[in-house]
Amino acid sequence: MKTENQKAWFFVLPVLLLVAFNALLPIMTVVNYSMQETFGNNLFFWEGLGWFEKILRSERFHAALGRQFLFTGLILIIEIPLGIAIALSMPRKGFWVPVCLILMALPMLIPWNVVGAMWNIFTLPDIGLLGYFVNHVLGINYDMTQDPFAAWVTIITMDVWHWTSLVVLLSYAGLVSIPDAYYQAAKIDGASNWSVFRFIQIPKMKNVLTIAILLRFMDSFNIYTEPFVLTGGGPGNSTTLLSIDLVKIALGQFDLGPAAAMSLIYFAITLLVSWLFYTLMTKDDLN
Amino acid sequence: MAKITLSKLRHSYYPNPKLADDYALQEIDLDWEDGGAYALLGPSGCGKSTLLNIISGLLVPTEGKILFDGKEVTSLTPNQRNIAQVFQFPVIYDTMTVYNNLAFPLRNRGVDEAKIDERVREIAEMLEVTDLLNIRAAGLSPDNKQKISMGRGLVRDDVNVVMFDEPLTVIDPHLKWKLRSKLKELHQRVKATMIYVTHDQTEALTFADQVVVMELGQVVQIGTPVELFERPKHTFVGHFIGSPGMNILNCTVSEGVAFLGQEKIDLEGPITKESGTKFEIGIRPEFVTLGKTGIEATVKKVSDIGRHSVVETSVGELKVAAVVEGETPSIDDVVHLNFKQDQTRLYIDGWLATAAREIKL
Amino acid sequence: MQKRSIVPILYILFLLLPIYWLVAMSFKTTNEILSGFSLFPQTFTLDAYKTIFTDPTWYWGYINSIIYVSLNMVISIAVALPAAYAFSRYRFLGDKTLFFWLLTNRMAPAAVFALPFFQLYSAVGIFDTHLAVALAHCLFNIPLAVWILEGFMSGVPKELDETAYADGYSFPKFFFTIFIPTIKAGVGVAAFFCFMFSWVELLLAKTLTAVAAKPIAATMTKTASSAGYELGLLAAAGTLTIIPGAIVIYFVRNYIAKGFAMGRV
Repeated sequence: MKTENQKAWFFVLPVLLLVAFNALLPIMTVVNYSMQETFGNNLFFWEGLGWFEKILRSERFHAALGRQFLFTGLILIIEIPLGIAIALSMPRKGFWVPVCLILMALPMLIPWNVVGAMWNIFTLPDIGLLGYFVNHVLGINYDMTQDPFAAWVTIITMDVWHWTSLVVLLSYAGLVSIPDAYYQAAKIDGASNWSVFRFIQIPKMKNVLTIAILLRFMDSFNIYTEPFVLTGGGPGNSTTLLSIDLVKIALGQFDLGPAAAMSLIYFAITLLVSWLFYTLMTKDDLN
Repeated sequence: MAKITLSKLRHSYYPNPKLADDYALQEIDLDWEDGGAYALLGPSGCGKSTLLNIISGLLVPTEGKILFDGKEVTSLTPNQRNIAQVFQFPVIYDTMTVYNNLAFPLRNRGVDEAKIDERVREIAEMLEVTDLLNIRAAGLSPDNKQKISMGRGLVRDDVNVVMFDEPLTVIDPHLKWKLRSKLKELHQRVKATMIYVTHDQTEALTFADQVVVMELGQVVQIGTPVELFERPKHTFVGHFIGSPGMNILNCTVSEGVAFLGQEKIDLEGPITKESGTKFEIGIRPEFVTLGKTGIEATVKKVSDIGRHSVVETSVGELKVAAVVEGETPSIDDVVHLNFKQDQTRLYIDGWLATAAREIKL
Repeated sequence: MQKRSIVPILYILFLLLPIYWLVAMSFKTTNEILSGFSLFPQTFTLDAYKTIFTDPTWYWGYINSIIYVSLNMVISIAVALPAAYAFSRYRFLGDKTLFFWLLTNRMAPAAVFALPFFQLYSAVGIFDTHLAVALAHCLFNIPLAVWILEGFMSGVPKELDETAYADGYSFPKFFFTIFIPTIKAGVGVAAFFCFMFSWVELLLAKTLTAVAAKPIAATMTKTASSAGYELGLLAAAGTLTIIPGAIVIYFVRNYIAKGFAMGRV
C-alpha cells in the first residue's frame, strides 16, 4: 500500500534534474531550430512550420521513412517468432541452461560499431568467411557494396544475429515462470501441443512478449551504428535508414532547421507507434 | 469410477536408491473402493503429493504396481488413465470463457457438441456457476476459478478417479467451508472415487469416509474419522488429529503395569506387545479431568478457546494438557489429574499396544 | 527433449560463427587476410595485439570507455535508487506522469540528440570529457534503472520498512543497511543493463568526444577508414571489446533470467 507523501519529490529530484538536462534542454533547442532558418553567423530567421512542411513533403524523407518501416517490419516478423521458437526448444532446467543463456547473451554485449565491423569482415566477398562461402562454395553472387539486395539481406541478418537473443531471453523467462501444474492439467485434459502453446504458453508470456516487441520496435526503428558501420547507408542510399539520414543532415551538412524538424517528426512517430503497440497489446488487461 | 489398488508401491526421487531414507514413499499396499471419498492426510513432506502423482500418472513409481479395476495402469499416461486432478492453485485457461474451459476436455476427446453442451450445463448447475458461463475465465475470483478447475475434472463422465491436491490453499478462509461442503455435495451426486490430499485435518475429516494418514512416506493408519480420533494406532495419528492433539507421555512399564514416574496408571486393557524401547501413554486432553485427588501437576498455561479451555500443566518434565469446561484454575496452581481409564492407551515404539478391555455385561 | 536441443545448438553456432571469424582474423597478418581466404590462421601472429597493448592511442581507447561506462553506472544507480524507492512506496502529485515521461526517453532516437548534445555539452564546457559521455548516457540508462529497481522494490513488503522504523532506524541507516541489501539482485540487474547500454553505444560517445576521452569505438572507426585496411588490427581491437562484456555476463549469470523478467513477470 502506497502512502501519500509529497516529500517524495526530493527523492525523485536528482533523476528529474539529470534527465531534464539531457532531454528537455536539447528538445527545446531542437524545437527552436526547427522553426528557424539560419544562414550562418548565428543569425536566425523565423520559419514557422515551414521546415515541417518541407520535410513531410520531401521525397528523401519519404524514402528513408519507407526503408525504415520495411526494415523494422522485417525485423519484427523474423525475430519475434524465431526468438519464441528458440525459447520453446530450450529445456526448462539443467546444467546447460545457464551456459546457453550466457552464450546467447554475448552478441548483445558487443559494442555496436564492432558488430558492424565484424559483419563487414565476415561478409567481404573474397576474404570473409560468409562472403567466401556464398560466392565461391554456393556460387551465388554476393557483394553488399554493389548490390542493394545483398546489402539488405546483410543488415537484416546482422540484426537478427545481434538481437534475437533478447527475445529468446525474455520469452524464456516467461516460459520458465509457468508452473508445472498447467502442463500437467493439459496432459490430463488431453490437450494437443498446439493447444498448450495457444492456450497456456502464449497467454502466460504476454507480459514479456509485450516488452520484447516494444523494445525491438523502438530499437530497430531508431537504429544507427550497426548498419552505418556496415554499409555506410549504401550502396547509394539503399540502406539509408532514418537515423542515418538524420545524422547526415544534422552533423554532416549542419542543416539545422530541416534536421531539427525531422528529429521531432521522427521522435513523434516512434512515440506514436510505440503507444499504439502498447495499447493494442495490453487492452485485454483493462477489462 | 474404479477401484484402485496399490501393490508394493515404493518411490524414490534418486536414481539409485539404497537406504530406506532414499525413498520418498515406503512400501504401500492399499485398496481404494469404487466411489469412495478418501483423504490423504499428513504434514508436509510425508509423501502424499508423491502418492497422488503416482496414482494420476504424472509420476512413474520406482517399484510396484497400480491397478484400476484390476487392470494394470502403471505405465499408462494420465490421459490414458482417465483421471482428473485439481491443483493447489486454480489451473484454468485464462483466454477461454468458462463454458469453453469446461468443454475443453470433452472437445479434445471428440465428443459431439450437443452432448458437450448438455454436460457443461449440468456441471455448471452443480457448481452454481451457470451465470458465469460466458465470462472470460481470467476475470473470476480465486474460489470461482477453483470451481472451474473442479468442473473440468468432473465434466467427463467416465472419469476413474478425481484427485484433489490441497485445493483450498489459495481460497479465502471464510469461503473455504463453502467449497468444502460443495465438494461433499459433488461427491454424493457424482459418486466418483475421490481422493483428497491435505495437511489440514478439518478438511480431511469433514470430506472423507476413510482417511489415510501418512508420515515420512508411510501409511500410518487408515480408518474413518471417528476411528482415527478414538483409537489412533500410532502416536503420530494421535498427536496430529484433534485439537489439541493427544497427550503423549513417556512412561515405564514393569510387569504389565504402567507407571508415570511413581504413579500407577490404569490402562484401557491388557498390553498386547511384548517388548520395545520406547513406552508412552496416550490420552486425549478431552479425557483428562481435574479433581481433588490424582496425579499432581502444576498449571503452566490456560487458553480460552470459547466453548472450553485448554489447561496446560506439567508433571515433572512432562507436559499434560486437559480440556476443561467452566471454571479454570490459575497459573502456578497445583491440580490433580485423572485419566479416564478406557481412553488411556499404551504405545510401544509409537504403535498402539493395548487392546480394549471387553465389556462384560 | 534431446531432439529439440538441436535448435538452441544450431542457434548458438550461428551466433558464434562471426565471433570466431573476428578472433581468427585478429591472429592473422594483414598479408594473409588480403591475399585470399583461409579458415584458420596460417601464419599465427600476435602483432595486432602487441600494437594495441603498446600504442597509447589504442589502449587509451579502452581505458576511456571503461571510465565513462563505470561513471555512468555509478551515477545512474545512485540517482535511480531514491527515485525508484519513491515510486515504489509513495503516491505523490504527478507520479504516474513522471514515471511515464521517464520511460519515453528510452524511446528517443539517439540520432535526434546527436547535434543538440554536441552543442549543449560544448556550451557547458565539458565537451570531450568522460563525464560528458557518462551524463549523456544517463538519458537512456536512468529511466531503465528506475524501472528495473522499482520492479524489484515493489516485491519487498512494506512491513520491512515499518519494522525498521519501529526498531528505531533512521531512514538513511535503514536504506543503506537493510533495504539495499534486500534488493541487491535488482541492483545487480540494473547495473548490468546500465553497463550494457553504455558500453555498446557509439553515436553519442563519438559525438561528444574528440581526443581526450575518445572511446575505443571511435579509435576503431578511424583505423578502418584512414590507414587503409588494417583488418588484423581492427579484428584484434574488436575482439578485446568483447571481453568486458563476457566477464560482466559471467558475474550476473544467475540473475540474467530474473533480470530479463525485470522483476515484474
